Amino acid sequence: METIIELREIRKTYRMGDIVVPVLRDVSLTVARGEMVALMGTSGSGKSTLMNILGCLDRPDSGVYRLDGEEMSRLSADQRAMVRNRKLGFVFQSFNLLPRTSALDNVALPLTYTAGHLSEREARRRAAEMLGRVGLEDRMDHEPSRLSGGQQQRVAIARALINQPPLLLADEPTGNLDSRTSEEVLAIFQELNHKEGITVIMVTHDANVARYAQQVIHIHDGMIVERTSGQAGFHAEEAT
Amino acid sequence: MSLGLKAYRTFRTALKALRRNPLRAILTTLGIVIGVAAVIAMMEIGAGSSAAIQKSISSMGANVLSVRPGAASSGGVTFGSGSTTTLTPEDCEAILRECPAVRAAVPLVHTRAQVVYGSRNWVPTFIYGSTPAYLDVQNWTVTEGAPFTDRDVANANKVCILGQTLVRELFQGESSIDKEIRIRNVSFRVVGVLRSKGANMMGMDQDDIIVAPWTTIKYRVTGEALADTNQSTSSSSGSTVNTLSNLYPGGQSDLYPDRSDVQAADNPMPVRFANIDHILAAARSTKEIPAAIDQMTLVLRERHRIRAGEADDFSIRDMTQMTTALSSTTTMMTNLLLSVAMISLVVGGVGIMNIMLVSVTERTREIGLRMAVGARGKDILQQFMVEAVVLCLVGGALGILLGHGGSQLVRLLLHWPVETSPVAIAAAVLVSASVGMIFGFYPAWKASRLDPIEALRYE
Repeated sequence: METIIELREIRKTYRMGDIVVPVLRDVSLTVARGEMVALMGTSGSGKSTLMNILGCLDRPDSGVYRLDGEEMSRLSADQRAMVRNRKLGFVFQSFNLLPRTSALDNVALPLTYTAGHLSEREARRRAAEMLGRVGLEDRMDHEPSRLSGGQQQRVAIARALINQPPLLLADEPTGNLDSRTSEEVLAIFQELNHKEGITVIMVTHDANVARYAQQVIHIHDGMIVERTSGQAGFHAEEAT
Repeated sequence: MSLGLKAYRTFRTALKALRRNPLRAILTTLGIVIGVAAVIAMMEIGAGSSAAIQKSISSMGANVLSVRPGAASSGGVTFGSGSTTTLTPEDCEAILRECPAVRAAVPLVHTRAQVVYGSRNWVPTFIYGSTPAYLDVQNWTVTEGAPFTDRDVANANKVCILGQTLVRELFQGESSIDKEIRIRNVSFRVVGVLRSKGANMMGMDQDDIIVAPWTTIKYRVTGEALADTNQSTSSSSGSTVNTLSNLYPGGQSDLYPDRSDVQAADNPMPVRFANIDHILAAARSTKEIPAAIDQMTLVLRERHRIRAGEADDFSIRDMTQMTTALSSTTTMMTNLLLSVAMISLVVGGVGIMNIMLVSVTERTREIGLRMAVGARGKDILQQFMVEAVVLCLVGGALGILLGHGGSQLVRLLLHWPVETSPVAIAAAVLVSASVGMIFGFYPAWKASRLDPIEALRYE
């Protein structure tokens, strides 16, 4: 199976004054295209840092990170911004939608930074299409304050998908949602993963959420301690 | 993406961001609005006042040029300006005819004598003989009666117009019109009274004046009609101040070259010609004063047959003091307005910077998100810069409207002179855009330097 993510001996340390805190210690990891992976770990385990590195928001101190076959750890800030725009979709725990901005405009936001080709109408059409895909075609002109948490997160997912990235990164996507809407959101992830072959990586500390993943990677003290198949993976394998 | 589309998108993003907090946007831009409004209003009212001041200064006679005959000198003694008698009324007519930069020119003779009315007498500072155009040159009008006419000048009629001081001193509140006064035992009928003008720049009372036809003063009062009379040697008072010139031969060349008998027979020259004390000319505008001086010099040199290289036998003076005052008033006014404008705009700019900094802090998460979805540092910089510039331009536009409206209101309610100044409007637009750029840069730069991870985590 084709690999989309390849991490080799990723190391990251933070300095707080004189104290050097190692956050990631020689993390090596491969994720195949089309997989749905959950990153689990307690707070302070380094899973957020790993997520930031995967999301090209941060650079490792040493090690190799290949995304889609390209080396990421040596790119400049502007080049990484371009990669984030084209190849990655982010979903955050706190949604991070622009206040007082319609759902449609929120979804179209990444297109602002696409050095591109899209006319205004085309951009709106695509944003509307993405909203339709997450089931919010009737909420396009609503501002975030008039949407429920689950709806807001679905807008955020639509935003993450607008540039059709191969990889979706979700940082505690259900952390601010109740269990019912959590299921809805996770169902969307699963559907995207199954139907469109988008690779999904979720950070979570909730085992119930991790259940939806095919693979669960446990991180502890900056190291990968365990890699297990999630139930979804089990089901998927069973199905094939 | 085409540049236009990108610019449009950036602009729209800025507008949307501003619309998300309209009250703050308005408060932010208020500094610029007030600043620009103040500038526009000040410029318009200032330009109006400046024009009004210029007008009133030029009405004081800033455009007046005075031509005086040169100095006579005799045996090493120079008698001062006006001591030769080289100016004639014909010179004055020639100036008026041949100098396009000259609006009006009048001959002037003056004397000093006692004026008597009934049992009262007075010695006015000025007894001037001139033509009716004198009033035009001096921007003067008659409040009572009428000025004398050109016919009075031609006939040397014994009429005169009086200044307010004389009316007060001689008539003590009575009407002076058609009364007879006597100047050196010549009886004059008063035909008009001049508007009060007050003191001139030298502190002399300008209302202490009698103006009469120059012919009357010349031939009937002073009685010095002969061309060869040197004023300094036979002054009207008959004093013997300059008798030295009788003892020593005159140092100056004759006014006209010697002529042979044949020449004299062929082309007889009037033995008597009238000389006048000086000529007052008014230039068409303050700007045309130098041109008027050049033209008058040319005409007079030709008429006085002065060869190239020889010195002028006359001198032309302008009211340098007044014109300097005029231009310095205007310059000072402009500088004052400019400094006020700068201060208010800087204050407005600081306001913009302050609020933009708050806005950057408040929108840290938004900046983090934008970076996460692919905004580069320069995209963020651009966004905040455009926001600041849009704020300033909108503020500038509002300020222009407000300032213009304000100055129009002042014009309507207070009747102050106002002049719309397109330069001020263009400058206001330019300055408010630059204020936006200068004071928007630091907050925008700060925003662009944020770390996306930190920014996303910011609470």
